[in-house]
Amino acid sequence: MVNLGVTLAGVALKNPVIPASGAFGYGREFAEVYDLDILGSFSFKGTTAQARFGNPQPRIAETACGMLNAVGLQNPGIDAVIAEELPNIAKLFHGPVIANIGGNTVEEYAENCRKLDACPQVGIIEVNISCPNVHCGGKNFGSDSKSAAEVTAAVKAATKKPVFLKLSPNVTDIAEIAKACADAGADGLCLINTLLGMRIDLKTKRPLLANRTGGLSGPAVFPVALRMVWDVYEAVKLPIIGCGGISSAEDVCEMMLAGASAVEIGAANLKNPAACKTIIEKLPAVCERLGVTEISQLTGGAHA
Amino acid sequence: MKQSLFTLEHARQLTADTYELVLSGDVSAITAPGQFVNVELPGRFLRRPISIANWTEDALLLIVRVVGEGTRELVRSVPGTELDTLSGLGSGFDLTDCPENPILIGGGVGAAPLFGLAGRMREVGVTPTVALGFRTAADAFYLEEFARLGCHLFIATEDGSLGTKGFVTDLVKASPACTAAFVCGPTPMLKAVHALPQLKSGQYSFEARMACGFGACVGCTIQTTGGPRRVCKDGPVFQKEEIVW
Repeated sequence: MVNLGVTLAGVALKNPVIPASGAFGYGREFAEVYDLDILGSFSFKGTTAQARFGNPQPRIAETACGMLNAVGLQNPGIDAVIAEELPNIAKLFHGPVIANIGGNTVEEYAENCRKLDACPQVGIIEVNISCPNVHCGGKNFGSDSKSAAEVTAAVKAATKKPVFLKLSPNVTDIAEIAKACADAGADGLCLINTLLGMRIDLKTKRPLLANRTGGLSGPAVFPVALRMVWDVYEAVKLPIIGCGGISSAEDVCEMMLAGASAVEIGAANLKNPAACKTIIEKLPAVCERLGVTEISQLTGGAHA
Repeated sequence: MKQSLFTLEHARQLTADTYELVLSGDVSAITAPGQFVNVELPGRFLRRPISIANWTEDALLLIVRVVGEGTRELVRSVPGTELDTLSGLGSGFDLTDCPENPILIGGGVGAAPLFGLAGRMREVGVTPTVALGFRTAADAFYLEEFARLGCHLFIATEDGSLGTKGFVTDLVKASPACTAAFVCGPTPMLKAVHALPQLKSGQYSFEARMACGFGACVGCTIQTTGGPRRVCKDGPVFQKEEIVW
């Protein structure tokens, strides 16, 4: 028997598998395929203060071993999410959910946290300071240490719930941003968000995405995500949710060995709606093969 | 939605870039013409969304236009190939209160889902008018099949090499008694048809680049009078009144 349970900043999860924000909506479509209660948790669609339509079409492009998306944080706004989506999620998933929030200003992040603080269903607040598809007046909070720390301090002051900052890989030194978040009081980190990328349509000779650029995800980014989790694990003492291109139980274990306490799975759900279920079912056998009786023993195991 | 393996039974070339594929498998999730399947291809990250041309108890008919490497590989698959498929996706055409004198309007490969739709209409005793537009005669397909169903079939080609020289909008105007439309084709065609005052009601099937095909990623969202809607899950068929250009 392998114990798959993990703990993230005091929040106990039955296993480390968490569908990533933006790839799982509010769970409704996947609940048609499997019982969501098998999941460790899930991170629902990124939420902003106001409703957002997102970017114009097309928003999706395929790449070798992955995909680009430029959805642009389409969501109905935090009040609608709390009033309509959270009660529906409560019917589908009975564990603590992860609320992923975005913002254009430090105050918007804080206000979203204040509202979510009153929702008992929410176990962790995941603060997206790394969406590559939303242009916040040219500013991306996750791209420098100072603004990352500013957002972290503001959200920490706005909620008692554990706060995880979701970091961008589109930076020179992700460990430096991670340290800034840790120093500002973050309870944990989630990395990586998508890598900024592009495709050009040879028929039109123009960028394929209407937004011109989009975020790369899928197996193509797995080694990049793994390396960044490794670097951040060396730099800070916080729990890490590893995210980026995970598509098998073996990938989960590899990510945990690099330093992750849990993992988020994104693009794999879009290719295969049963991806997380399959991965959870295979985890015990992979752990046995690795000689561990508790999956949490893997975390950071690759660091000598 | 159902995820299952379909087996390619045969593939037949219809035009220079359009192929008919017949697959066998579990079609139980398919409930309406105009729905689609999302087919996984070896070595490709994203599935390929393909509208359902028709289906029977155990067989699925797809008409596929080659638009890139993925669809090229799909049509070149050999019989016996197993394809991981998400079936029964999208809302499809609504045939409750089927109008008495409907006109089915298709452009290019957009004619495909209209074939299954016409068949369902014939089963309930309705004889649809079918107006199909192609660039040129060599691009036309399934004309005999539509005729065999007993539809009133009219063709337009841009160069006049077959049927009326012009567009499907010309065919609609030539059938003034038809006021209820079922439409599938490229966006400019949908837009031109949608603008015709003669068509009092209509169901329009949209296309979009999509990732999942089952409503999770919201990559294919369009704006409608009722707010943002996913082409894959809330559509691909939308009512005339909902559409915003």
